[in-house]
Amino acid sequence: MSAHALPERKAPSAAFAFFRERGRLSAWRLFTFTLCVLVAIPLLVVASSLLHPDRETWRHLADNVLPELIRHTLLLTLGVSVAAGILGTGLAWLTAVCDFPGRRFFSWSLMLPLALPAYVTGFVLVGLLDFTGPIATLLRQWFGPEVRLPPIRSGGGAALALTLALYPYVYLLARHAFLSQGKRALEVGQSLGLSRRQGFLRIALPLARPWIAGGVALVAMETLADFGTVAVFNYDTFTTGIYKAWYSLFSLPAAAQLASLLILFVFVVLFLEQRLRAGMRYTPTGRSAGRERLVLTGFGRLAAPLFCGAVLTVAFIVPVGQLLWWALGVAAQDLDLRYWAYLGRSLLLAGMAATLITATALLLAYARRQQRGALTDAMVRFATLGYAVPGAVLAIGIYLPIAWFDRLYIGLMGELFGREAGPLLAGTLLAMLSAYLVRFLAVAHEPLAAALQRITPSMDEAARSLGLCSRQLIQRVHLPLLKGGVVTAMILVFVDVMKEMPITLMTRPFGWDTLATRIFEMTSEGEWERAALPAVALLVAGLVPVILLTRQTER
Amino acid sequence: MFSRLLSSLIILAAAVSPLAHGEEVVVYSARNEQLIKPVFDAYTRATGVTIRFITDKEGPLMQRLKAEGPNTPADLLLTVDAGNLWQAAEEGLLAPVNSPILQSNVPASLRDPGNRWFGLSVRARTIVYNTDRVRASDLSTYEDLADPKWKGRLCLRTSKKVYNQSLVAMLIAEHGEAKTERIVRGWVANLATDPFADDTKMMEAVAAGQCDVGIGNTYYYGRLMEKKPNLPLALFWPNQQGSGVHVNISGAGVTRYAKNRAGAIRLLEWLSSPDAQNLFADVNLEYPVNPQVKPAPAVAAWGDFKRNPINVAKAGELQAAAVKLMDRAGYK
Repeated sequence: MSAHALPERKAPSAAFAFFRERGRLSAWRLFTFTLCVLVAIPLLVVASSLLHPDRETWRHLADNVLPELIRHTLLLTLGVSVAAGILGTGLAWLTAVCDFPGRRFFSWSLMLPLALPAYVTGFVLVGLLDFTGPIATLLRQWFGPEVRLPPIRSGGGAALALTLALYPYVYLLARHAFLSQGKRALEVGQSLGLSRRQGFLRIALPLARPWIAGGVALVAMETLADFGTVAVFNYDTFTTGIYKAWYSLFSLPAAAQLASLLILFVFVVLFLEQRLRAGMRYTPTGRSAGRERLVLTGFGRLAAPLFCGAVLTVAFIVPVGQLLWWALGVAAQDLDLRYWAYLGRSLLLAGMAATLITATALLLAYARRQQRGALTDAMVRFATLGYAVPGAVLAIGIYLPIAWFDRLYIGLMGELFGREAGPLLAGTLLAMLSAYLVRFLAVAHEPLAAALQRITPSMDEAARSLGLCSRQLIQRVHLPLLKGGVVTAMILVFVDVMKEMPITLMTRPFGWDTLATRIFEMTSEGEWERAALPAVALLVAGLVPVILLTRQTER
Repeated sequence: MFSRLLSSLIILAAAVSPLAHGEEVVVYSARNEQLIKPVFDAYTRATGVTIRFITDKEGPLMQRLKAEGPNTPADLLLTVDAGNLWQAAEEGLLAPVNSPILQSNVPASLRDPGNRWFGLSVRARTIVYNTDRVRASDLSTYEDLADPKWKGRLCLRTSKKVYNQSLVAMLIAEHGEAKTERIVRGWVANLATDPFADDTKMMEAVAAGQCDVGIGNTYYYGRLMEKKPNLPLALFWPNQQGSGVHVNISGAGVTRYAKNRAGAIRLLEWLSSPDAQNLFADVNLEYPVNPQVKPAPAVAAWGDFKRNPINVAKAGELQAAAVKLMDRAGYK
């Protein structure tokens, strides 16, 4: 689809002029604009609440809880972003560039925590490390009743759980960056006398910046939107305030207003970050095939697998072990044939959503490439903000226009044909998929935008000067370079959709339960052990594609 | 390619869209699937009426009803607390029902004075204590847990859970805001550790000796003791000389734009009848709302108690006030 819209002349500026002559530039602009507006409708619905401020609720929140909520939120988001950024980048560097025993195994297994919802990791951590957990109980038996572990139900505990659950976003993106950035720059660095560490810090890291920034942006947005995990730790954040206003004070307007502030905050931060690196060029330096790895020796050779193993154990093996233990206990009671249907629907939804969203994000990224500038950047940024909005609030923002459309349609059918029509959108897969698109466009956009940054205009020029037509340009130059980004985007969206709860609950057709809604059914009355069964099923279903796809990208 | 994808999506969407056949009642339920499906299945077996339902949290379900307006497919809204039913009625989402059967099956304090919603099971929120560290004779009332003698001995669940909001709302109804705020401040001062995310974790902490007493719903206690019968935990019925134990309901109301209003009322009446009451309440170790029906043996073993007779609608009316009060008192 994008094939015939690509530059057909050598210089990009000339190409734009060419488009203008033929009116094609406006086609791209129209496409970007339409898509952004469609995706932005739910966000605008949420933001429209600002027109009717609920002063009473606001005053109460501002006087009593807001200062603390903001402090908590900033601390948590900063903490998780930094920790997940460092952890994800470090692990990616180890498995993508270095060589040590077990590297091959860790390179894919360190991605696995992606399939675990963060609140599950959180719940398991609390269960293990709280006063009543096995570890603290043992310590008290050995060393006396006054021995205490640091309190796990705290900001630190929540940050730990979120970091362990979210670092794979950074890992996946940074790994792709390191794998594809080639080694020549590093070799140049070495020949200039840089040590390995300097080479990493001064060459590889800056070159991987768009990917790392994209991963950290996803982590930060997910942390800001998180409600389930912080609820497990009873650590109140801005999202807690949003749900308090809605569920407890019965003021959806106040909740939506708080959410709008959150959206605005994220928008400004992301936009600034993006503008900061707008002027930079990221060109792959040399092919990555046939490269040699940095073979770790001495201490590093021992420490690297130990470190990777430790992360994998805490972030994945322990929570999954606990889940399996619980799941086995309830399987006899709860496991039945319906699970095939849950599984099938989860896979179907996630697969369709991953395809649709990745394709849309790709088009959007191309559109942005065709016309750089602050306006396009701002529109794209806005269209990808759905990821930072607490799920249930966004679900309302999505459902209102759906219901409005159905009302219009039903009214129209009644007037025109005098017959009673049912809703056209509500309770259909189309509505569900559109909702997922709004929520997860950012997840596909970040890796694709990063990948596209690598394909510079000069590469297009070079390809054209060699006589490649648009189709060939796409097939032989763009696609190979984009493949990793597309795979990354699809994995992330697939797994995220499988885990998604509030939008699935709100927009699913009658009887269309999925594995995620099964988890909701169990946890809504605190039956965490019974929730382990759907959680394990979700894990297995999410892991298979993750492993298959990562094997493909493994070199 | 895109249009082909779109058209196949629409076909798929149409394929899963429901087709009407026979009588059916549509329920929006905040009570979870495993608690309601057995009951609905029994109704279908008894009457041939199909029940279609969808589960979600109360907040989203109510917004959904609101957004759908006259086009809503829902006939009945089912929740697990009175506060949300009160709110749904307040927003005009529910329609009054005049049913002599419901009025005789559901005690007046457990249904809306305007007949827009009806309790179907009773949930008691009571005191749980560690039998190794506390004698029952030391316990008396919810208010007493604010006394300094409990300093460092109390465990509570988070104030964000609606059950605690209802409890504090009832205290406001009885004592007024000023006195209730003193009580809640007293609780907070007595806390042994930060509030817990759920009742089960709180009760486990009481059993492990992290604290000595707590406040929780009886069915969590029942579930926990089923799994670990040897825990040194017992229930205590507070305020028996005064206003009685705080109770809440799981209940339902017929929606304003119900397509099958008569069917929804019949279902409600059946749910409140002796035939269904045990099925509805026992599956979650709750108390039947119908006074003619006895609770499950395991539940009856916890003993009889005096319930707070104030109408549970107060829990909704005063919920916002209760939440603000708890925020002021620093109850997280």
